[in-house]
Amino acid sequence: MSPRYQNRIELLQGTLDLLILQTLRWGPRHGYGISQAIRTNSGDILQVDTGSLYPALHRLERQKWISADWKVSENKQRVRAYRLTAKGKKQLESERSRWEQVSDAIAGVLNPGKRESEA
Amino acid sequence: MTFSFWHRRKRESELEEELQSHLQMAAQDRTDRGETWEQARDAARRELGNVGLIKEVTREMWGWASFERLIQDLRYGLRMLAKSPGFTTVAILTLALGIGANTALFSVVNGVLLNPLPYPHPEQLVWLAESKPNFATGSISFPNFQDWQKNNQTFTSMGLSRGYSYNLTGLGEAEQLRGRLISSDFFAVLGVNPAIGRSFAPGEDAIGAAPVAMISGGLWKRKFGASPDVLGKSITLNGKDYSVVGVIPASFDLSLGGFKDIEIYVPIGQWDNPLLSKRGAGLGFHGIGRLKAGVTVEQARADMQRITADLAAAYPDTDKGIGGAMFPLKQTMVKDSQVFLLVLFAAVGFVLLIACVNVANLMLARSMVRTREFAIRTAMGASRGRLLRQLLTESLLLAFTGGAIGLLLAAWGTKLAIAQLPVTLPRAAEIGLDSRVLFFALVITLACGIFFGFAPALKSARPNLHDTLKEGGRGGSGSRHRAQGVFVVVEMAMALVLLIAAGLMLRSLGALWRVNPGFDSHNVLTFGVALPSTMSKAGPAGIRAALRQVDQELAAVPGVQSVSLSWGATPIVSDDEDIFWIEGQPKPTSDDEMSMALSYVVEESYLNVMRTPLERGRFFTPQDNEKASHVVVVDDSFAKQYFGDKDPVGQHIFLTNKGGRAEIVGMVAHVKQWGLDTDDKEKLHAQLYFPYMQLPDEAMALSWNGTGVMVRYDPKVPAIAESMRTAIKGISGEHVMSSTQTMDSIISESLATQQASLILLGAFAALALGLASSGIYGVISYVVQQRTQEIGVRVALGAKRTDVLHLVLGTGMKMAGVGVAIGLAAAFGLTQLMASLLFGVSATDPLTFTVVPIVLAVVALVACYVPARRATRVDPMVALRYE
Repeated sequence: MSPRYQNRIELLQGTLDLLILQTLRWGPRHGYGISQAIRTNSGDILQVDTGSLYPALHRLERQKWISADWKVSENKQRVRAYRLTAKGKKQLESERSRWEQVSDAIAGVLNPGKRESEA
Repeated sequence: MTFSFWHRRKRESELEEELQSHLQMAAQDRTDRGETWEQARDAARRELGNVGLIKEVTREMWGWASFERLIQDLRYGLRMLAKSPGFTTVAILTLALGIGANTALFSVVNGVLLNPLPYPHPEQLVWLAESKPNFATGSISFPNFQDWQKNNQTFTSMGLSRGYSYNLTGLGEAEQLRGRLISSDFFAVLGVNPAIGRSFAPGEDAIGAAPVAMISGGLWKRKFGASPDVLGKSITLNGKDYSVVGVIPASFDLSLGGFKDIEIYVPIGQWDNPLLSKRGAGLGFHGIGRLKAGVTVEQARADMQRITADLAAAYPDTDKGIGGAMFPLKQTMVKDSQVFLLVLFAAVGFVLLIACVNVANLMLARSMVRTREFAIRTAMGASRGRLLRQLLTESLLLAFTGGAIGLLLAAWGTKLAIAQLPVTLPRAAEIGLDSRVLFFALVITLACGIFFGFAPALKSARPNLHDTLKEGGRGGSGSRHRAQGVFVVVEMAMALVLLIAAGLMLRSLGALWRVNPGFDSHNVLTFGVALPSTMSKAGPAGIRAALRQVDQELAAVPGVQSVSLSWGATPIVSDDEDIFWIEGQPKPTSDDEMSMALSYVVEESYLNVMRTPLERGRFFTPQDNEKASHVVVVDDSFAKQYFGDKDPVGQHIFLTNKGGRAEIVGMVAHVKQWGLDTDDKEKLHAQLYFPYMQLPDEAMALSWNGTGVMVRYDPKVPAIAESMRTAIKGISGEHVMSSTQTMDSIISESLATQQASLILLGAFAALALGLASSGIYGVISYVVQQRTQEIGVRVALGAKRTDVLHLVLGTGMKMAGVGVAIGLAAAFGLTQLMASLLFGVSATDPLTFTVVPIVLAVVALVACYVPARRATRVDPMVALRYE
């Protein structure tokens, strides 16, 4: 059961980064909030593992794409809130465009007929 | 440091708080949805997963984790090793021995076999000889050499040399020095420059050139206080003045026969031997050469083929059938040590493997004790990789500690061990710890650490959590038991191979010692005597008189039983040949077609000294002197080869270089001239004895400079060599006695390689036997411990003590049996590699292959018996209560 976490991080790494950065575009959030947002926004399809989320957050923080501050939540609880940095915004842009390229490419592979008729 | 520590603590607590707040919020959401607080908290915890592991993976993202983890593992490993000092000490010492011995031997193999020779472009250097019908690598005559030098197209230079003794006078007490006659090019070929002064100039080696000499760095220091004034000074060698032109560096050391401790170098042309200018003379000269850049040995051989064919056509009398023999210089130096070193290297590799297996076994046994620890760590969130890393850190910690001690052992011990061994290795001065040896030590240390750490680590890191925690540390032992069984089998097999190798060596040496050399080597002393240099002008009669005086003075020394002068060949020490033809057969047209025999020039007491049996006729008498007609004695090989069943006594032969016609008056037993082990393999066997006093005048004129003496003495008389030295000096201050050696030590030295092989293989085999038996002892002890309850039940149900004994012994002997069987098969193949070291036994000697396995089995049985006895003493009540 133990090596599972690490594998999943690697598997989702690029995608999870993109999801986190995208989620933080709408303002600072704490870890739990991010996982809930991803879950809600994906219609409950994507459930981010805590074991993947926190390592990812700390890694993004180390790369200075996001920064963290301690805040007090509405429930009077001290939480560690993450915000997107300027560098992170640029990273988000490039990751997004890369993602779009990749998904276009995959779509092309999945529907080859369509491309041929265009050509 | 303090900052990072403080910083780290802060981040740790922040991470903890962050995860706690996550948990809180998740639980809060659930209570908001209507779950009870307890339900919500448990569900949130489940959802979160293993907090310890999440923390660990997250911490890794901080960047400093891997280094920190290493420190943590090291610290933990050190603590674990310190906790079981017995295990740690045994493991480290075992590894230190294994790694040390391997590093030491590798440094020898590296220095002798692998490293290039310490000369510029060593790959261009070759060793040269003449190939002759009787000798694959015979000596080169000076005229032939000069033609080789002139006519070749593939060499940049060629040098020639032979040994020669020089009597140094006029500089303190007269002493005999080892010297070499060399051609002018000799040092230029090697690329060795004099420390001061110059080498010989071209033409200085010609016959009739002005007398010049070079001296060794040692002599320069000893006699001239290393003063540069020595250049141009003259020194008196054998009564002739030589002008010193250069000093060879003290570091110069050429590992070729006859180059040890050379102090004087003189140009060849200074030799007053009339045979020097004879093309057909075999005077013991051998050559070295430097190939032109890019020329292969094959191309040079073809070139030499052409030159020698031309010479044979031009001088058929002397050069027919003579070719050039050529080998890379390094090969010539090390070929005799190659098999010896590689066999030992393989053996010591086996020892290291056994050491590793033993340590692996210890680790495995220890991991049983630690099963619970691993289970707890896993439950606390340690990943399998993390556990593996921890175990490997521990085994590498052991390996590197062992390796460091081993390296120290090798650094201190190698030279010491080489000095202790009875064998003289070529290039011994070049053995040391260089970067390649250090790299080798590093690699084997790493390999050991991984090898003996990995197998147990893989097993330990996969604990069955549930069972282990429930049963309190027992269980899951089946596969471990199997692994230990495999280890024991491997150890037994390797120990058997080493024991058989040592056994074969022991048998060889036994066979060699039983070989009859054809003489009695006990209580025989050989040495050289040189007459004063004034004798060079005394003429043959004067020299004969002086030699007879030496005989008398020596014979008068108390304790001396018989004395004989000796010229020419000395058994095992040096060879000399004569060519002849047999009367009644047509006289050969050229020297080359003549027959050849080993030539011993001795006096009448020689048989009393050597105790070689006389088989027919008579030996020499004092009347066989310069005035009497020439007589010779032959050995039985000579008789058989040239006369078949006919009686050789009364036959006549013609000796071209020793005064013509001579009558054979007796026949003696064959002497193992070429050494106890190799005599049978050599082509030239016929032996010929010639009376010393009948030496022709021109040969007698040379013998003042140094003749051999053989003496049989009474071993009960102390310091006899000193008494003889005093007696010789008593004749005149310029009589010099040199290189005293007993015949026993000469024989012993001729067997040095075999003896050293036996000593080292024996030591390695003993080490292997010790390790393997401690291995099997450990495993059987473990098995007994594991099966205590079972044995208790058996005893309770009525099993007898002997049944228990058989049960345990059976387990052990099964492993030993499989190991011995595999070892036998391996030894069958591997001992072929050492065939050239063996004598008188085949590489698959049935006796060795029977006795050694039995010995090993008995040792294994004893090693199993101790724990088996313990098993029989199991009290069923205690055993069952424990359950």
